[in-house]
Order: sequence, then C-alpha cells, then structure tokens
Amino acid sequence: MSVRRLHAEQPDSFAFTEENVSWATGQIAKFPEGRQASAIIPLLWQAQKQAGWLPEPAIRYVADMLDMPHIRAMEVATFYTMFNLSPVGEHFVQLCGTTPCWLRGADDLKSVCRKVIGEQGDITEDGKLSWLEVECLGACVNAPMVQINDDFYEDLTAENFEQLLDDLRHGKEVATGPQNSRHGSEPEGGLTVLKGDK
Amino acid sequence: MLRDEDRIFKNIYGLDGADLTAAKARGDWDGTGELIKKGRDWVIDEVKASGLRGRGGAGFPTGLKWSFMPKENDGRPHYLVINADESEPGTCKDRDILRHEPHKLLEGFLLAGFAMGAHACYIYVRGEFIREREAVQRAVDEAYAAGLLGKNAAGSGWDYDIYVHHGAGAYICGEETALIESLEGKKGQPRLKPPFPANMGLYGCPTTVNNVESIAVAPTICRRGGGWFSGLGRDGNTGTKLFCISGHVNNPCNVEEEMGIPLKELIEKHAGGVRGGWDNLLAVIPGGSSVPLLPKEICDTVLMDFDSLKEVQSGLGTAAVIVMDKSTDIIKAIARISHFYKHESCGQCTPCREGTGWMWRVLERMAAGEAQVKEIDMLLQVTKQIEGHTICALGDAAAWPVQGLIRHFRPLIEERLTRGPGHQEAAE
Amino acid sequence: MSDQVNLTVDGIRVSVAPGTTILQACEEAGAEIPRFCYHERLSVAGNCRMCLVEVEKAPKPVASCAMPVAPDMVVSTKSDSVKAAREGVMEFLLINHPLDCPICDQGGECDLQDQALGFGGDASRFADNKRAVENKHMGPLVSTIMTRCIHCTRCVRFAQEVAGVPEIGAIGRGEDMEITTYLEASLDSEMSGNVIDLCPVGALTSRPYAFTARPWELKKTETIDVMDAVGSNIRVDMRGREAMRIMPRNHDDVNEEWLSDKSRFVWDGLNTQRLDRPYVRARKNLTPASWDDAFALIAKKLAGKGAKTAAIAGDLVCGEGQFALKALMDKLESPHVDCRQDGAKLSGPRGNYIFNTSIAGIEDADALLLIGTNPRLEAPVLNARIRKRYLMGDFPIATIGAPVELTYEAETLGAGPDTLAELVAGKHGFSDVLAKAKRPMIIVGQGALTRADGDAVLAAAIELAEKSSAISDTWNGFNVLHTAAARVAGLDLGLLPGEGGLDVAGIQDAAQSGDVETVILYGADEIAGASLGDAFVIYIGSHGDRGAHRADVILPAAAYTEKQAIYVNTEGRVQMTEPAATPPGEAREDWKIFRALSEVLGLTLPFDNLAEVRRAMFEVAPHFAQIDGLSESAAPKAPAAQKMAKAAFDYSVTDFYFTNPIARASATMADCAKAKQQRDGEIEGTGTHG
Repeated sequence: MSVRRLHAEQPDSFAFTEENVSWATGQIAKFPEGRQASAIIPLLWQAQKQAGWLPEPAIRYVADMLDMPHIRAMEVATFYTMFNLSPVGEHFVQLCGTTPCWLRGADDLKSVCRKVIGEQGDITEDGKLSWLEVECLGACVNAPMVQINDDFYEDLTAENFEQLLDDLRHGKEVATGPQNSRHGSEPEGGLTVLKGDK
Repeated sequence: MLRDEDRIFKNIYGLDGADLTAAKARGDWDGTGELIKKGRDWVIDEVKASGLRGRGGAGFPTGLKWSFMPKENDGRPHYLVINADESEPGTCKDRDILRHEPHKLLEGFLLAGFAMGAHACYIYVRGEFIREREAVQRAVDEAYAAGLLGKNAAGSGWDYDIYVHHGAGAYICGEETALIESLEGKKGQPRLKPPFPANMGLYGCPTTVNNVESIAVAPTICRRGGGWFSGLGRDGNTGTKLFCISGHVNNPCNVEEEMGIPLKELIEKHAGGVRGGWDNLLAVIPGGSSVPLLPKEICDTVLMDFDSLKEVQSGLGTAAVIVMDKSTDIIKAIARISHFYKHESCGQCTPCREGTGWMWRVLERMAAGEAQVKEIDMLLQVTKQIEGHTICALGDAAAWPVQGLIRHFRPLIEERLTRGPGHQEAAE
Repeated sequence: MSDQVNLTVDGIRVSVAPGTTILQACEEAGAEIPRFCYHERLSVAGNCRMCLVEVEKAPKPVASCAMPVAPDMVVSTKSDSVKAAREGVMEFLLINHPLDCPICDQGGECDLQDQALGFGGDASRFADNKRAVENKHMGPLVSTIMTRCIHCTRCVRFAQEVAGVPEIGAIGRGEDMEITTYLEASLDSEMSGNVIDLCPVGALTSRPYAFTARPWELKKTETIDVMDAVGSNIRVDMRGREAMRIMPRNHDDVNEEWLSDKSRFVWDGLNTQRLDRPYVRARKNLTPASWDDAFALIAKKLAGKGAKTAAIAGDLVCGEGQFALKALMDKLESPHVDCRQDGAKLSGPRGNYIFNTSIAGIEDADALLLIGTNPRLEAPVLNARIRKRYLMGDFPIATIGAPVELTYEAETLGAGPDTLAELVAGKHGFSDVLAKAKRPMIIVGQGALTRADGDAVLAAAIELAEKSSAISDTWNGFNVLHTAAARVAGLDLGLLPGEGGLDVAGIQDAAQSGDVETVILYGADEIAGASLGDAFVIYIGSHGDRGAHRADVILPAAAYTEKQAIYVNTEGRVQMTEPAATPPGEAREDWKIFRALSEVLGLTLPFDNLAEVRRAMFEVAPHFAQIDGLSESAAPKAPAAQKMAKAAFDYSVTDFYFTNPIARASATMADCAKAKQQRDGEIEGTGTHG
C-alpha cells in the first residue's frame, strides 16, 4: 500500500442529505449512550456513498456529528482502505490480487484493467471506470474475482471480465456472482455432497 | 466421508432459500427457547463436551472461552461479538454462512449470548461483504418480526438484541481486540493483553469474540448433543469443518467435511483433484495464508486437523486449502502473501510494521533472482525477529509462510539466486 | 508486607506492590530495561517492543512495560532470547531510520542513538531503500523531521492525555503510518513543547532551537521558572552569555516533568530588549548614564522627600529584591509600597492568598470550583494536574466566569458574583456537590480579585469554602491561583501599604495629583505610563518594556536566570533560582542596586552581601529559609468587605504569550501568538509552511 493521501482538490463543505441524517441517527442508536463514536465506520461509509468518494469535509462532518476529535476521524478514514480518499469511477473495480486469485489468473485481469481503463487510480474519460488492486476479498474458491461497487463478480476470465467491463460501461444489465455455471461456492460440474437436499 | 445427515450446513451453497421459512424447514430455530431454559451451564457444558475448537484460526476450545465470562454481572453489560471479518486469504466459508445460513448464525448467537449473560450483541461483518451484510440484516429483521430476537427472544425469557455492524477494509480487525477497537470507532489496532476481553472488552465490559462458524454450529451441537459432535473426527480435533479449497484444483469449492479427513481425499473427492493430477502437485497451504505451506510429500498423507497439521509444522488455521501445482512460481506466491501482510499490518508494533515490508521486498527480489544467497538466512532471521515479538499474531502470521517457504524450498531459492535475474521460470 | 508481590528478576528477589509492571519491578531489582514508547506519565502503549523480557513459563517474550507482576514470577532480562529480541527490535527501528545523526538536533541526547549503541549491529543488513516521510507542520514551536519517527506514539498520548487537546494522531497504517495533526494545523496547546522532550528520536524537535547548538557545548543550570506562579523547575542551557534553550526538570509536587510553552520558549526574550546600563531622561530622551550619575540624579530628586516616594513591585521580581526595596522604603519613611501591581485585593493571613491545597494535593480533591480563573492560560502546568485528577474520574468541576475552553469538562455555573452568592447561600445545584464532597477545592483567580470589590469576592469565596467543608483539620481546599511569580513572596514580606500608605491605585492617583512625587517601579511593567502623571519614575528591571519607557531613570537589574534568588510559588513553596549567567553589561543583582542606592541617599541598608540580605529577610519571613518547603499556613479568614458588585468576572490572562516583559521581548512568543490568531481565524493566515 502506498501512502494514502487526501485528494488535492476538495469540496468546500459536506453535509448529509436529510435522509442520510435520519439513517445516521439510526446507526448511532445501535450503540450505548456516549459510545456514538462506534458508528464512525458506517457513517463515513454512507458519506462516501453520498459523495462518490470520501472528501475531507465529510471526515470533519462525521467527526462533529459523533463528537469526536477531527484527528481521530482522520485516523479511521486513512486506516481503513475501503475509504476512497480520491474520486473513483462510477463503476469502481477492486481487483483481488492476493495469492489464491493470483494463482488462478488475477494477473490476466489486471492486464484487462490496464488495457480497458489504464493504470490504477486512473478514471476513464467518460468517468465510468477506475480500478485498484486490493487484498483478498474472501471469495477464494471462486477465484479470480473482483468487486465492483457493492457486488462480487467471480470465476472470471480475461474474456468474460473484459465483456463485463464493457457491459457496465454501456449500462447493460450484468449478472453478479460467478460468471460461469456456478451458483455459489459449490464445485463446478456437480455436487459432491448434499445431493439429496436440492 | 461425512454423511449428509451429519452436515450442519445444509444450505451452504445457497441452493435453497436463506429466509426464515426455509431455515426453519431445515431445522433452525427448533425449540431454541427450550434449549435456553436448560440454563447457561447446560449450554456451555454441551459445547465443552463437543470438543469444538474455535473456527477462526487459533483453535481455542470454544466452551472454555465462553466459561471465562464472569458468572455474575457486576453491573456492566456483557457482550458477545461475532467476528465476521473473514479476511484470511484462501478463506470464504463464513461468507457462505452469512449469505446462505444466516439463521443458523443468529440462533447460535442467541444461545451463546445467553450462555455468557449477554443481552446486546454485535456482529462485525467485513466491509467488502456488502451483500452478505444485507443478507444478515434481512435475517435479523425476520427474526425480530418472528419474536426470535428482542424481548423474550424465542420464548426463552431472555431479552436479546443483535446489531449488525461492519468494517471498511482491514484484515487486522479479524484479531479480536482489534475488532473491539474498531467497533468502538477507532483504528483496528490490537490491544495489549491482559486485560483480556472476558474481563475488559467492548466499552470496558466483559466480552467474548467468536468466529461465525464457531457460533453457527452451536445450535446443532446443543440439539444433537455435544457427544454427537465429539463422535466425529478424533480426540481434540472433533466435529465437522467447513473447508475452502482454492488454487490449482479442477473444481475449487467449499465443503463441510469431517475433521481429520486426509488432505488428498479432500482435494480429490470434492475439488476434482489437482490440476494435471496429484503428481502435478507442488505444495499446499492447508489453513489460510498464515500457515506454512506443505510440499507434496507431506500432502500425500497428512490429515486435516489441528494436531496433525501442527505435527508437520503447519496448522489448520481456517481450513482454507490453497493448492499450488508445479506451474507455480512458489517464491512469487509467498512474496504475494508477504505483500498482503505488509499491506495489512496495523503499524502499531515495530517488528511487524518494519519487518513485513522488509520480508516482502527481499522476497520480491528473490522471486526476480535479484538477491544474494546469503540473504536467505538473513530473511529467515528476520522472520524469527518478528515471530513472537508483537502484540498480536499478525507478526507470526506474516513470518510463518516465509519460514515454510525456506524450510521446504530452499534449494529452489538458492538455484534461482545463483542463476541470477531473468531465469525465474517455474520449478519443474 | 503481606500484600506485596514477590518475584525474581535475574536471580534477585524483589518485593513490589501489586499492579506494578514487570518493567518497574526490573528497575527495582536494578535491571535496566530499554524502552521507547513507555513513559511513566503516559498510558502504556506497548508498541515499540524494546522492553521485551523473558518470563518463565511464558511461551514468548513479554512486553515488560505492559505486563503486571504475578507472584513468584521468574523474570530474566539478560537471557539470550531477550538479547536477541532487543537486537531484533533495534534492527527494525533502524532499517528505516535515516543516518542523519550528524545533522540531527537530537544528537547527543537521543534515546535511539543511545540504545543503538547498546543493542544495534555494526552494519545494516537492509538492502532496500529507506522510507522517506514528508514533514508535517505542527506550529511555530515543534519542528518535524518525520522520516526519523519510530511511531512510539508518545506525542499522540501526551496530546490526548496530559495536554487534553486530542490533536495529534497516527494516520494511515502499517509502514505508511504517519504522525500528524489534522491537516497539519498548529497544536492548540500551551503545553505543546513537551512533545519535544517526549519524542525519543529527532522527529519532533524544538523549532526555535533548531541547529543552534549541540547539547554537549551547553552549560546547564538548574533553576526555577517565573513565567507564571507555578514555579516550574527548569534547566537553562547557555552557550557563553546566551541562553540557548530552557528545559523542564522533574519535580513531582510542582510541574512533574512538564513545562508550559511560555516557560520553555521564552529564552530569546532573555537575550533581547535588555537593559544593560543605567539611563537617565534628558530632554525627553533616555540617554545612557553611569551608575554614579543615575544615583546622583535620584538623590537630588529624593532629597527630603522620602515620604513622597512610592514603590510598586512587579511580577517577575525576586524575594531578596522585594525585601531590599521594602527596607529602603522603610528608611525613606514612606508607607506607599505595594507588590500587587494588578490591584488584587489580597493580604494576610497567609491562608487567604496562597494555593493551600498544593498542586500535588489536587490529586486528592473530589470536587472543584473555579472562580474567575482560567487555569489553562494562567498556569498551564497546574491545569494539567487538574486534568490528571479529572481523568481519574469522579471529579465534578464547575466554573464561575465567562465560558472558556478548558482541557476537561466543566460546568459553567454563571458569569460573576451573583452565582457565587447563590452558592454561598446554598441555593445553587452545585452547592450540593460541594457539600457532599469530602475534599472540595475552590480556586479563586486574579480576575475575581483585581476588581474594586475583590475583597468582597475573596470574603465570599472563603465563606463558601468554610460552609462546604473545604477547610478542616486535614484538608484546606481554599486556593488562590496567582499569575505572578513574585507575588506570594511580596505578600509574605509585607510589600503592602503601611499605615496611611497608598495601594497601587492610590499611588497612581497621588502621582497624578502630585502628592506622590517619585515612583519606583521595580520590574512593574503592567502599570500604564500615563497613570503616573508627572511623577519622577525610577525603573529598576531587566527589560526595556512599559516601565522603562515611562522612566526618568533606569537602573538595570538581573533577570531570573542571572541571580541566585528566592521565589515563592502560588502554593507558598519557597524555591531558589541559580544564575545561569551574570547580568548583562552593567546590570546588577537587584538587592545590590537597592543597597547601593541607599548608601547614596545616606540611608545605608544593613547588609553587604547576599547572606546578610537573607539573614535579615529570614527574620521577617522565617519560612523562606526552607527551600522547597511548604510551611503550614493559617486557615483563611474572610476579610471584612462591602457587598459584591454585579459585573461578571474577567480573566487576568487573555494574551497568554505576552504576559510579562520577557515574554513580550521574545520573537518566539510573538510567533506563537500569531499562530494562535491564525488558528482561531482572527486574521487571514498565509497557510502552513510545513
């Protein structure tokens, strides 16, 4: 991981939409009184969803909302790597490059990303795509895989991945999960257990 | 091979519904209130009798862990926290429980929470598991609506609230005290122990942190009896276990099997065998990226349980089997794992913060043939300087894969370094 | 003792209190444990891993700073595994640490350097590039070279715990973790310089001291600070005649090992604006003069008019000087003497004007009421002690005065006397808190006392203390927080209007009316020049500040670092400064000036050397002979007074960095004030330059 820095250009301010304010109140209510800081990750996450990335004023905004020192919120925002401190594409591809995916062709997927999108962190001119190599996403028996926004796309090949990116870019509906015949983590080509339960 | 009727996770592949109705049809939430009425000690005793060892990697006896919680409340609330921060490379079993068997988890959550005197509990789902988190939240909502959670949960007389929380990209939060820190709204930096969470955990209150799988098997154990579970596997390594088989196999998959199943049988029966046949096997990482790899000759015979794998200087870990065939550049494979630990080190203690990056850089050079042979010994020393010298086990986890590589593939590294850069084709 | 824990360290049996850490037990046994992150006044982080020791039956080495002792533990600090662990950690610390010791200000007093000598290898095995970290701006006092940082987090913990300004953090993670403030803002603390001492390496160093000296070429003098009335113990480092830096010394009962930024960084003020020779005013301008000429002029003016002479002692002056001034005024037969240049309505008994609870005693208190005081600005180090007590829990704090930003939670009860009156009458919610407390504290600030009704406020505060069991045989919770280092000694020595004498306000009125013809300003720089009318003003002091500007004659005196002199802090603790240098040029120690002047006036004072001054002074104030002593004081007694007025309490210190002539002469203090203003957004900043 290279040093994660705040983006050079920042908006002047940030505030939750009304809807998100009430959503945040609900999150804070999950925790005992005085422990509202516990809600920081969900709130920063929601701020990121609202803004598309996590701008600096949002870090301060959330800190103030939770009555936390700004620096403590900054620590959290920079510690957890899912917080995007710079803008990302509309479809943000997080490509797992850790060994189980690497063994099954993650490098080929990276080549696709370089070809279709550019280098890590680059956003395509149409603003649709950007990518980042990340560490194990926890779908290793469906390797190689990527996460695009909220969904996993698994059992990828260079071919179906490139098609997937193209479909997303053009707003086509795509199937999430395994991109082959599998439903989940069962072996391809037939169950070895629990055959009777189907 | 384990009989289907002894499989706990009947919907692990999600071929059936994950909703409450489907879960009940599979036997979940069956008489949970009655189980609870048998009392705290009964629940803990059944789990103790089952011989269940924690499924998160360390293998600590689950019943014993539960019994560390204070018997009496001293005014501070007790907390049960579920560790669903599944991030160990190779591991994707908890994900299946979260999305396909959430009610099994929630029922276990209630039983375990009751057993340790907790009323309010949190489940910490790794940030990337967005759909899985949604699945759990759906199940929680269903369970509340059905009276299985909340006041007088499942008619047990016990009030029980479950809150779904999440992380945002930090492997270290799978360490229980780092998870607690994160849940408190801080960076996920592991705490010094003592004090232990059972005395001073979340918000300074008695807390137990359990892995998803450990909790999800508890209802079945309670229903079928600890003796049933302990009758599977072998002494000290009992029960069933979810295995994740990834890498160079024909059909990667998750599967629930009996503890102690031979590694070779596991791979051949369920994962369609090693790509190119068993003889094309180079090495296996048997328990997630943290444990040392095993070369083929050990894989031929080793059994998949805690003690068998310990005997061969590796470990069961999370039972995530990463298979590497002979096309693998094993140095690069381990270098990539080292990169993972460098990326995930919280930065708190010196040996891990500085050592993980050092190991990765040396390994990258070794993979490229750009190191000196004497650096192999130095690298090994660096792993020893990290191992056992850090607050949490991430330091050990970063050191062990490198030690495994040097232990079993030293001649290969020497050969590559002797030949120099530009010759890093795979071992044949 | 039965409740002690027995254990063995390197074969030596030791017995320690339960809860002691292994590290402390090892020190008890004489085994030195290397450490970086551990600091006895901060929470335990356990992150540097340098203090690892071997404990029998433990599966791996144990961080001794974090592990409490257990009965019959067998600890080894010298085994091979301990040696290997330390060497390993040291190597990790060094791989990314730059090899810039020759240009590092920490050189010669660096924990990493010292310990590397003991545990470091002779060559590096790290073949890759060292990490480079961008420097961070932290304000005008703390310079950062973050590549040197070893991530011990002492600074983070200090800011959070002691300073009470959680503004430093470690962002990022793993090897990319970086220490910074939020967006590199200046630290908003009056205690920020302490992070320089705490930093075990050269990552955080003193910006004003940067590249000016090496520790081994400095002459170090242990003395006492006078920037506030705490009496912090300090060390002044000199090169030749020039003060190069000031550092805190540990005194558990006073400043522990902390120092306020003003006390620490004021040293450049000692080197500038100095009065190094006498001056006399001739045709409107002050012109250099000889001592003889200056004295002659004074003698001419005072001839036969001793009783029309008044004297005011300032905030930084010493006991000996004040004693000599008083003796001179007695000889002149003038009762117009006052050491309270701020006009505080304070006088005896002693319990009425000192901080009776003592600073260390704050830790024993169980409730606190602040009246017209902002300890954060008036006595930052004492404020840190309040925060320390606050962090222990169960310590309700309330204030009367305009709301200010303190470093602990405090309830603002009201703005002024009305609220105080309600408390005295038992009609306020906080009255119950005080009543229920076993050891309540009341701290009255100068802001509540330097007003016309100051004596009435004092009386009300004492009455409240009496009513709320703040004063008993075993506890004295009534406290006056002074801001002037000179004040308690002045009050102890009776530098107060004698019979028929005028106080500060009276002197100013009389100077304007002509009833007082000569005013001696002894280091009194907070008196508006115009308020002295046409009086002939003699200024005796060290700096060319307000007093000197108004003066007709200037007699140059010693600053606090240039004399051996007694100061009494707000608690009544007697402490002695030591000279780090001689006074500059023709300046002289204060008492000598009064002694010489008395001779010229034909009123020779009866002492010829410092020992004789002290002997005479101890007759007036015997407790001055007990250096570092806190003598028993009579219980406070409410003075007779009129009713309190309505006006809200002001605070005596608002411009923290400019409270006295030395601070006003300091460019560093001016920088701090500017940074503070920028931070507070009062002026358009030019941005950070880190």
